[in-house]
Amino acid sequence: MIKYFDNAATTALDKDILDKMMEYFTDRYFNPSSIYTPSISVHKDVEESRKRVADAINAKAEEIYFTSGGSESDNLAIKGFAYANRKKGKHIITSCIEHPAIINSCKSLEKEGFEITYLSVDENGFIKLDELENSIREDTILISVMTANNEIGTIEPIKEIGRIAHEHGIKFHTDAVQAIGSVKIDVEDMNIDMLSMSGHKFYGPKGVGALYIRKGTNVTRMNDGGHQERDKRSGTENVPGIIGIGYAIETAYKDFDKNVKKITELRDYYISEIEKRIPDIKLNGDRTKRLPGNANFSFKYIEGESIMLLLDQKGICVSTGSACSSKTLEPSYVLLSIGLPHEIAHGSIRVSIGKHNTKEEVDYLIDSMVEVVSKLRDMSPLCEEEK
Amino acid sequence: MYSDKVMDHFEHPRNVGVIEDADGVGTVGNPVCGDVMKMYLKIDDNEVITDVKFKTFGCASAIATSSMATEMIKGKTVDEALELTNKAVAAALDGLPPVKMHCSVLAEEAVKAAIEDYRDKKLKEN
Ligand SMILES: Cc1ncc(COP(=O)(O)O)c(C=O)c1O
Ligand SMILES: [Zn+2]
Repeated sequence: MIKYFDNAATTALDKDILDKMMEYFTDRYFNPSSIYTPSISVHKDVEESRKRVADAINAKAEEIYFTSGGSESDNLAIKGFAYANRKKGKHIITSCIEHPAIINSCKSLEKEGFEITYLSVDENGFIKLDELENSIREDTILISVMTANNEIGTIEPIKEIGRIAHEHGIKFHTDAVQAIGSVKIDVEDMNIDMLSMSGHKFYGPKGVGALYIRKGTNVTRMNDGGHQERDKRSGTENVPGIIGIGYAIETAYKDFDKNVKKITELRDYYISEIEKRIPDIKLNGDRTKRLPGNANFSFKYIEGESIMLLLDQKGICVSTGSACSSKTLEPSYVLLSIGLPHEIAHGSIRVSIGKHNTKEEVDYLIDSMVEVVSKLRDMSPLCEEEK
Repeated sequence: MYSDKVMDHFEHPRNVGVIEDADGVGTVGNPVCGDVMKMYLKIDDNEVITDVKFKTFGCASAIATSSMATEMIKGKTVDEALELTNKAVAAALDGLPPVKMHCSVLAEEAVKAAIEDYRDKKLKEN
């Protein structure tokens, strides 16, 4: 049996959500844009799904645009907003720990003459509100800061960031891909103008996401074509996916308290046992303001890919920020941004617990971690030097 | 991603450890880059490598190439061991992914560093 502790990478699609999606692949394959009766009924279901997504974040249905996932939502938000508002200004503020979908969208814009400020973060991964205020310029058009970080789980002060943005007449986007289902979100209360999400991170299907765009926020479409999604995103709708993400987000918030409580308890148990049983480690991210399922540790003197692969041999799936598992041969930029030296960043392992994990699985993970870390440390010349 | 041989040497590395009275010790690599290898050699009067041990901080390919390199030089003369290349070690492991070839360079360098240390000591003795 696989013990899956990489729920930040993706989650298992709920069986009953799959069941609800199936008929849109087969019997009800109709194009929602056509105007005969079977299509009109599919169109109606797509709109109900839009309503489910909107309700979950206190938005209006007409403010939700379906996309192919988190990356596309981020691209559309950043580039689409920049192109639509370039006459107002060319400055955008974001953080240095955003997902590559945001960072690389900003890099693309830089080549076209936009100027980007990448806010630094403190040792727990929080942006600094005073640095944000000081970065705001006359020509700042957009602030984009993620709701929660995918590697270290830090939950940013979104409501305050949105308030600062609005005080200066600037629009605020947040990448909430990791946060949906783990953090309660209210776009009104939290001053959010645009929000990205992705179905497969909350037990929905892969390849479908959504972008919330507050009414009155101008965004240029990135995809030209047949004017679907109210001309923001052309292409025949991924109807089964759209149905799936609607039910998934509804389920995520219906079961919110129960899941978050269970996942947080398992996560805290993992953290406390690892801290009790393994010396020379560091918990990355904040102790309390972190995603319920996230636990990211650096294990000194050893390297993350080795830890990950030995755990894999035991049927355990986790992820690492080590350089040797990346194509760039640099350790995770998020871990470097919170000030970890390279050699500590190399030894980091992210565990992300989900709603299907059990106490028994976490016990097995802890025991395996103790064994694997000790095996690799016995082999490490750095360990010896230190002692 | 890795061949069965790499995984075998990674999971069950041969010759891990230290030699307290080693005739040559070489440390190469840098923790900042994520790989450090330390190689210990026992060398007899005929310049034959009679024992090898290693310790490695690094990824699976760094550990597997260390392990394979120790097997390849054990019983060889110092001159023969100096001819060991990282390509030969990688080939003996049925290949490494291209991005991982740099990790295998350390194994070759560690052998060379340990032999250099042995020769330096010899010079000082004489
Ligand atoms: C914070 C964040 N943003 C964006 C994405 C991209 O989402 P998708 O894989 O749906 O394109 C991810 C997924 O890893 C993420 O964690
Ligand atoms: Zn390596």
